[in-house]
Formats: sequence, C-alpha cells, structure tokens
Amino acid sequence: MQKLIIEAGRAERHYWRDLWNYRELFAVLVRRDIAVRYKQTVIGVAWALIRPLLTMVVLTLVFSRIAGLPSDGGVPYPLLVLAGLLPWMFFAGALTEASNSLVANANLIGKVYFPRMIVPTASVVVALVDFLVSFLVLMALMLWYQFAPGWRIVFLPVFVALAFLASLGPGLLIATLNVKYRDFRYVIPFMVQFGLYISPVGFSANVIPEQWRLLYALNPMVGVIDGFRWCLLGGASPLYGPGLAVSVALTALFLWLGIRQFRKAEMSIADLV
Amino acid sequence: MIGRHSAEGQRYMTVREEAGRSARDVIRKTGDFIRGRPILDGDSVDEFWALKDVTFDVKQGEAVAIIGRNGAGKSTLLKILSRITEPTKGCVRLRGRVASLLEIGTGFHPELTGRENIYLNGAILGMSRAEIRRNFDAIVAFADVDEFLDTPVKRYSSGMSVRLAFSIAAHLTPEILIVDEVLAVGDAEFQQRCLGKLNSIAKDGRTVLFVSHSMGAVSDLTSSCALLDRGRLTAIGPTREIVQRYLCAVVPFAAASQEDVGIYRVRPAGDAPVRIATVRVIGTDLPLALGDKTFSIGIDLDVVKPIAGAHVTLTLWNANRQCVTTATSWDADQPLALRGGRQRVVARFSDLPLAPGDYFVDIGIDQSMAVTLDAVANVPLLKVVNLGAVTHWPQRPWGAVHSDAVTWSVTSDALV
Repeated sequence: MQKLIIEAGRAERHYWRDLWNYRELFAVLVRRDIAVRYKQTVIGVAWALIRPLLTMVVLTLVFSRIAGLPSDGGVPYPLLVLAGLLPWMFFAGALTEASNSLVANANLIGKVYFPRMIVPTASVVVALVDFLVSFLVLMALMLWYQFAPGWRIVFLPVFVALAFLASLGPGLLIATLNVKYRDFRYVIPFMVQFGLYISPVGFSANVIPEQWRLLYALNPMVGVIDGFRWCLLGGASPLYGPGLAVSVALTALFLWLGIRQFRKAEMSIADLV
Repeated sequence: MIGRHSAEGQRYMTVREEAGRSARDVIRKTGDFIRGRPILDGDSVDEFWALKDVTFDVKQGEAVAIIGRNGAGKSTLLKILSRITEPTKGCVRLRGRVASLLEIGTGFHPELTGRENIYLNGAILGMSRAEIRRNFDAIVAFADVDEFLDTPVKRYSSGMSVRLAFSIAAHLTPEILIVDEVLAVGDAEFQQRCLGKLNSIAKDGRTVLFVSHSMGAVSDLTSSCALLDRGRLTAIGPTREIVQRYLCAVVPFAAASQEDVGIYRVRPAGDAPVRIATVRVIGTDLPLALGDKTFSIGIDLDVVKPIAGAHVTLTLWNANRQCVTTATSWDADQPLALRGGRQRVVARFSDLPLAPGDYFVDIGIDQSMAVTLDAVANVPLLKVVNLGAVTHWPQRPWGAVHSDAVTWSVTSDALV
C-alpha cells in the first residue's frame, strides 16, 4: 500500500517523480484548454491562421513598404516576416497564458493537490499547438512564392524547443509573481506589445549594426527568431553564432530562475491565489 | 495563516485625507513587494495558528467526522491532509491512496460536454483514464444524465451538474476519502442519495474523513468524531457523545437556561405585580434527542404582590415560525396561586413528539382574559436533534412534530 508522509518541506524530495506521476492530468489539462480554445466561435481554429496572416500583412507594409528595410538575400519580405512572426506569436501567447494560468485555475489549485508546475507548462503546450497549426500559413506562403527551404529545416525542432523553453522560464517566473501581485496582469500585455517591436519580427536582425548585435541578443527571442530564419529561409539569413550563444545562455538562466522561484512559492500558491 | 483588520472606518474623509491614505497605501504595498510579502488590504496583519496540537489516529475502515464551528480549522485540516497546503510544522502519515472531495464539481469546465467533463474531472480527482472508462457507464447511470452526455455542461441545470459531479466522485476508489461539506448542495432527495453512497463507501472498508455542519449527516455516517475549537482538538470519541457536546457548546439555547428573559419582554413591566425571570427546560439534558416526548418547561417568576388566581399561557414555535401548540392553564382550569418572592411554574408535556429543529416559546401571564400581567416572546427554548433515531431520509421536510406512532397496512377494499 502506498505510504505518504506530509510535513513541512517534504514535497521537495520526490518532486520530479511526482510530476511524472501526474502526466495524465497534464494531458487532460492540455486537452481541455485546446478543446475550449475556440468553442463558441464561428470560424474556430481558423483564428490560428488569420491572426498571423493579418499581422504579417501589416508588418510587411510598415517595415518593407513604408520604412524600406531590406530583406535577407532574395527572400520575399512576407516570408521573412512570417518566419519571425510565428515563433514570436508562440512566445507571446505562451507567456501570456502561462502567466495567467495559476490565477485562471485558482479554483482547481485551491481544491485538489497536484504539482502546480503542470498548470503553466500546460499553457505553453497549448500555445505550441496553436503555433503548429499556424505553420500551415507559412507552408501556403512558401508554395505561393515557390520557395523551398533547404536541408537546414531539420534543425527547426531544436529552435522550436528553444522557443518553448524561452517562454516557459519567464512564464513560470511571472506566474509565480502574478499570484501574489496582480500587477503583472497589466505588465504582460505591455511587454508583449513592446517585444514585438524590439525583437527582429518585422525586420531582419541583420539590419542591426554589427557592434550592437551581441547586446541585442540579450533578448532570448533574438536567437530563436534568427534560428527560425536560418532553418526556413536557407542561406539568405546567416546564423550569428555568438548572439545565439548569448540567447541560449539567457534562456537557460531564466528557466533556472523560473523553476527555482516557482518551487519556492509552490506550497503557498493555494493560500494566496 | 493570515488575517486582516481594517482600521476603524472614519465616516467622513476629506479628499486630502483620502489622497494621503492612498499614497501611504502604495508605499506600504511597494515595501511589501520588495520584501516579497503578499499584499494585504487593510492596515495590520495578524498571523495565527489555524491548527495547533491536533493529534489523532484514524484506523483503516473507520468513518470519522470532524466538526466544529466556523473558523475552527476544519477546512485547513482537510487541506493539509489532501496536500493542498503544506503544514508549517508537524507531520501527517497516510497509508493508502487519498482522494479528496473538497467541493463538488471542482474543475468542471462549462464549455465542455458532460462526456468530456467526466474524463476531465476524473483525472483531476486522481482517476486514471482506464479507470474512468471502466466506470463510465456506472457514473452516467448514477447521475442520470445519459440523454445530455454531449451537451456542454453550461447548458445543464444546476441539479444535473451537481449530480454528475457527485457521481464521478462517488466512483473513486481510494483507500482514504476526504469529504468536505458536499451535502450543502442539491435537493433533499439528492442529499439522501449522496449519504447512501458515502455510507456504502464507508461500509466497503474504506476510510472516510467527513466534515459537515449537518449533525444529522454526521450522526448518520460516522461512528467517531473529532471536535475542533479555534484550531485545537478539544474532544474525540463516539459520534453521539461528541455531537451532543458540540451542540451544547455552540447553540445557546441548546444548553440550559435563559438567565434573563428581559430582552424578550413584550412590554415594559413597570409596576406589574409579577415578572417572568427565567424560562428553561428542566429535568432533562439538552438538546433533546428525537423521540424524547417528555419534557418540562420551568418558568421562574418574581412575584411582587401575591396573586390568588393567575393563569399561564405558552405557545411553542419552531424555527420557521410555525406554531406547534398553545398550552394554557385556562384549559386545565387550574388557577395558580402565586405567593410573594421567587415562584416556579412548571409545565410538563408528557407526549409531545417534537421534530428535529429549534424551538421558541411565547409566555403570557394573566389574571383575566383582558389583563395581561407580563409577557415574553420568541424566547429560545430548546433544540431537538436526530442522533440516529431516524436514518432513512434525515433531510426530509420535518414539520413541527414527528410521530412514530404510525401504522401501515394494505387493504384491497379501498374503494368502498
């Protein structure tokens, strides 16, 4: 028979095994959020296609037509934008959902035990599913421009994983803070809106002057977006190594910080949320 | 555990004061934020022990109730047992799988269909997918929702969703089941079914921890009982004993006396020759158990001026302000001779089978039909509790009396 001892600080010891034991609940929560996402909408999941498409059109108009920024090599500008926009939208969606996830699931957290990390992580997975659907737009656009990605596309999953971790770290951190201080509910939309313009979404990172590129890479999404373009657009967008290294290091730092803070706050979440 | 106090609210505040207060608030909250403390509204923070010195054992297969008034720490105890909050100190040892049912329908998603919610809710309560699939038909049958399985739960009536939720929970098969106040919802018939189901779970040899304010349900379901008071365990023992003790402690008129009935006086008795001083049930312990038909009401009177022929009339009301009965010494044609000083009038009811509930009494003293000497109204008098005398459908509409002198028979010449 299963034995369980509850005392202060005890939950720490079997944390990761516990997390694995609750994988079914994890799957159920993901499935719930996906099922609910487009309920009672007319066009349903098509929203996952329309949002990036329209944003791409606007960004192309602003950055290419009006600002006159150059594309990488001979890549059509809409493709350049979309290759950066998809990971960005994934990041933005995941961060937003993960940050609000604990508060949104407050009634669950107050009533049942499970490792709380399931909740924000499930939100990131839900955003990932949206992201995969929106990939159809990119495929359609590539067909339209008769643009074939090269062999580098095999590395794409690596950068998807990087984007996943890059949103999970800050997501956990902000979710923890949001439980105590609801100010973050107002900070997030602002950050996301701001981030769209300071990340190389509507333009290529290659337009940043050489001496600033390392500093620019302190934004973890710079590495992710660069990687996406490198994988999808072929040789036209060279990968800037040191920048990628900085982005990866920062992602790791945020992930460590996020997990640490989350674990620290975890036992009091039910009391505060 | 954290409580909050608001400063004594000033009734009027100038805009300047208000602005100053808001500014202080922001500064204080910023300070809290920097120190990593939670933000609290109100002016000062009190920390207190929600539970302290609570030690008890529950054996396998036992059904134990935890009772106590609001704020006694019952819910905190259950939250610790079900790992929702971590104890600051102390230790709990559990053997076996625990499932907790702290609120029916936790995690139901209104947009999802009944079918989807069964899987969702089952997983939340700790059932594996295979387990849910195995019990699926039984769950649907018990909840009686098979026609609406593919309808979103938000279109369900509240009764339907509660039924479905309980049905899922009832098909959990943990070794230890923790149940908090789930019977507070649903109609009488449903509550009865829940009780029946919980009963059969307990009889299955599983351990049940049960929190409820319904002493009827507690008496019905559990054999032993723990009483919490302000975070401490004050008693643990057989349910009947503990429930009685709890009722005596919390319900003012369940105990014994109304020391002073002055506040219930109908009109000021300035120079009346007689005043009603106290009203209480005498000769019996309170609360009365359902089935006790005999009790006496003692009315103590301060007699200023002796009265040769006084009459006492009393009317018994239940908590719904339904009149149970009116008894008067006029009927018995027994004028009472009151001598000076403290006198006691005793009214003995030898066959009044009161139903469970709270009872109040109005008392009047008069000399003739026209002149009332003193009167009190709505004096809390006694409480009747069902300590297991009636087990079938204890949540029934009880009315004011409960007769066990009913015989049943069947004849075939009913249409004569």
